[in-house]
Formats: sequence, structure tokens, C-alpha cells
Amino acid sequence: MKIEGRALCLGEDIDTDVIIAGRYLRTRDRSEWARHAFEDLDPSLATRLEGTVIVAGRNFGCGSSREQAAIALKEAGVRGVIAPSFARIFFRNAINIGLPVIECECTCRDNEAVSADPGEGTVTIGTHTYHTRPLSPRMLEILSAGGLVAYWRGRR
Amino acid sequence: MSTLSERILGAPAGDYVDRQVDRAYVHDGTGVLTLEAWRAMQAGAPARPGRCYVLFDHIVPANNSVTAGLQHDLRVFARDQGFHFTDVGEGICHQLMGEGIALPGEVVVGADSHTCTLGAFGAFATGVGATDMAAIWAEGGTWFRVPETIAIRMRGALSGPAEAKDLALTYVGRLSMDGATYRSLEFVGDGVASLSIDSRMTISNLAVETGAKAGLFYADGSTCRYLEAYGHRVRPQEPEECCYERELHFDLGEVVPVVAVPPRVDCVKPVAEMEGMPLDQVFVGTCTNGRFEDLSRFAAIIRGEKVKVRTLIAPASRSVLARATETGTLATLVAAGCTILPPGCGPCLGAHQGVLGEGEVCLSTANRNFKNRMGVGGEIYLGSVATAAASARAGFLAAPEAMP
Repeated sequence: MKIEGRALCLGEDIDTDVIIAGRYLRTRDRSEWARHAFEDLDPSLATRLEGTVIVAGRNFGCGSSREQAAIALKEAGVRGVIAPSFARIFFRNAINIGLPVIECECTCRDNEAVSADPGEGTVTIGTHTYHTRPLSPRMLEILSAGGLVAYWRGRR
Repeated sequence: MSTLSERILGAPAGDYVDRQVDRAYVHDGTGVLTLEAWRAMQAGAPARPGRCYVLFDHIVPANNSVTAGLQHDLRVFARDQGFHFTDVGEGICHQLMGEGIALPGEVVVGADSHTCTLGAFGAFATGVGATDMAAIWAEGGTWFRVPETIAIRMRGALSGPAEAKDLALTYVGRLSMDGATYRSLEFVGDGVASLSIDSRMTISNLAVETGAKAGLFYADGSTCRYLEAYGHRVRPQEPEECCYERELHFDLGEVVPVVAVPPRVDCVKPVAEMEGMPLDQVFVGTCTNGRFEDLSRFAAIIRGEKVKVRTLIAPASRSVLARATETGTLATLVAAGCTILPPGCGPCLGAHQGVLGEGEVCLSTANRNFKNRMGVGGEIYLGSVATAAASARAGFLAAPEAMP
């Protein structure tokens, strides 16, 4: 499994309220969450997410268990998220909805080319390659299936 | 020798385990997405419906017809499946699970990050997302990585105006917002005995604000007596010598009233340093501080006076509201000019019932002060019930006095 895109650099402690605000949660329209992603951080960000790999600081996705945060990013076209650490519920949610997440401490410059392989545990940003802990085989299977729902149906 | 998390999950830290869960609950917010994932899975019947709970608390009663429609769908589903169901007005999911449902030694999962509240009873209680929960409905269990544990070791007793919330914010400040990521907290030491069950729930509630997976107290005599009132006979959990990753020490007598300055829960400052800051709203309630002990404390401070800033109070459950009614606490709050909201989460998540306007400042007893959480352009300072009461009485941020 390989993810590729252009880097979008974000800071530390990006919380789930900032990823998708509570006022937008009560709908079944997933595109609504994508449209309002990061609105309280930078209202122009949502339209620039397509094709990006988010490279963030520590503790990405802290706060609420709202799965809409991971879904908003995936629906907006984010290819994956790389951060030194994640809040654990966000991490599980991302895998479960098929959004690749990789734990890696990287230097980031906006729009640099990013390619990463969560199975190999490698991340390349610009010309620099980082080696990190790969995801577990089960997580990779879930991601490859496109998420836990598809994985679960495939196993039955 | 094991930590409590290791003992309950049955494996040493670092191991991955598949475990049946004893209780699994969702609320009206996360339940909608869980139901969507469940339907997509086409799993047939839930594995253990008697262990599943749907508890409405986030936007209750519904704020508009879209929310009402989503809630209706989930309500019908819960009843059809034979899940335990509590409707609008019964209370906050974590509080209801703490009113004699979650028990020591159980594995409890909730589709809400503050599920860690139930660690107060010696349960391994942790938050999961909607899709994880749908798989739990289907299979009755899930996988866990057994966490390493950080001990919060307490001695002495809280004194003066300090309360459990001040201790909770103080340890979050010491650990920081990711100081316990992927780990559990255990609250230990001879100071624990002095803390009521309501207070322990407040302390466990904030564990997730350090990134922790769970925040556990060992069940002791107080826990057993509390649960006995709900008809459960449980035994205390004896701590063993065990290997903590690190220990933080707190002398409870040195804890002072503090607030968390927005937008970070770990930016904690003594109230005394910020006294006089203008406030537009005071909010008392939530899974952190909406219990009877909290309402009663607020009432004791405000009794006979009028609030000087708009003050919203949301009891954590119907039984809290009933007890406040029976004891006269509610009459005191109403006479003081407080606005009483129905049992539930109230404005904590910024969806209804007291959302802030641009530039407004709220002192809240809740657990999160993230940017725009309670309304675009509004700021949230987190503090204790006593600080909320002293501030409501003064009309600005004020340090509480020692309780008589």
C-alpha cells in the first residue's frame, strides 16, 4: 500500500473540534463534513485538501470520539495523515474508515511531494526519507479493504 | 504483578488482546453513525443486545427536525433490537452508566471519549469510534492494546475551597494534552479514600484530556457502598505491587482553585491570578460536574443571593434532578436566578441550549475549551463548581472561599 500527495503542514494538538465542528455533525451528508473541515482553523483550507497528505505535529485528532473527523478528511480528498503521535480514538477511527495514518516525526514544507508506505514504515517528503514503525498486519488489511465495514463483510 | 488495566484485560502492557466487552454504549450523537456502519455491515443480529445501551444526551430534546429524524431512527432501532434505551431527559450516558450499571472489573466501551469516567468504579472503560462500535454490536467484543500505566499518587485530603475538578485540571496541566497518549492512568495512594464517588468520576472524566485510554480507581469500601444502593454486592479491588511507567505525586492539601485557559485544557492557572476577568455566562453541568454533589455545592455558595451573570445549570441525570428537587437544592438555584436545563450535555458541545456569541466568555465546569467549541468566537474557561458559584455571585471570575 502506498500513499502519495502533496504535503499540507499542520501544528501540534489538532483537535477534532477544529477538524469538524460540533455544529455540523447532525447530518448523514458526508460532503457537508468535508466542506467544513478545518473551518475554525482556516476557512479556506477545506477547498485545498484534495490530493494532500497531512503532515502534522504531535497528538493529532485529540478530543472527541467523533468519527466524522476522520470521514471529513477522507471525503475532502486527504490521502493520509502523518504525525509523531495521534489521539488513540482518532487513530482507530481513521483505520476503520480507510484513511491511512502513520506515526512519524518529519520535517514538513507545504506542497512538497509526499510518498509513504504504512506497511513498510517509510515516509518520503521531498528528498528526505524517514523510517518508522509499520502498521500491524490487521490494520493494513482493514485499510486495504477500504475500512472495517468492508473488511468485516469480506471475512464472513 | 499487574496494574489494574493489565488485570482486567488479562495480559501484560504492550500485548494485543481480543476481549468480549461487558457494556457497550452509544449516545444520540455517535449512535447515528454507528447505526449507519452497522447497516452497511449487514451483520444480522447483534451478538449480545442485553449488553448494549443507547442513551440520548447530546442534543436533547432535538434542536430541529433533522436531528429529530436522526434520533427517531436510532430510537426505533434500539427498541427493535432489545438494547437498553434511555430517551430525552434521562441524563448523560456516562452518568447513567455510573448509576449502578458499570461495575468493578468490567470492560466497558462507549462511543464517546469521556467513557473513561467509569474508571471511577474500577472498570476498564474507554472510548471508541462509531465503526468500532458497530463491529462490537456484531461480535460482542473488540481488540485492545493493553496500555502502560502512569500512576497519579495522592496523599492527604482536599482542603479549603479546592475540589476534585481543581485536582483534575492540575494533573492535566502537569501531564499535558498528550502526556498519557496510548496509556492508562491509575489514581492511587492514601488520598483516594477521602474522595467521594462523584469526585472520583470527575477525576476519571478528565483522563482523556491527557490522551489517556482509561483512568482507573481501585474499587474500595466507598465504591462498594455506592453500588450496594443500586443492589450490587461487589468486592474491593486490592492493588498489587506493580510496574508503573512513571508516577506523579500530588499532595491534595496543596491543590488550589484553578482554571484552564482557552483553547487548551492543559493551560492551567490559579484562579487567584485571573480574578476580575469579565464573564458573559457561567455553565454548571456535564459528565464532569453535573452530579448532585456539584449542584449542592453551587447552591450552598449562592444561597440567598442572586447571580450577576447568566447562569445555566444542567443536572447530569434525572435522578440528580430528582434529588436536587427533594433536597430543596433546585429551589435555591431557581431563586438565585439560575436557568435550569434538562438533564443532558447542555451547551458543552456547542449545538444548542446556551451557545456563545462572538467575543463572549464562559466559565464552564465542563472538560473542553477548544476553539469555537461552544460557539464561534466564544471563549471557554474551565473551572470547578465552587469557582463557578463564586463567579456567578460576583459577576466576574472570582476565587471561591473555603466552604464552612
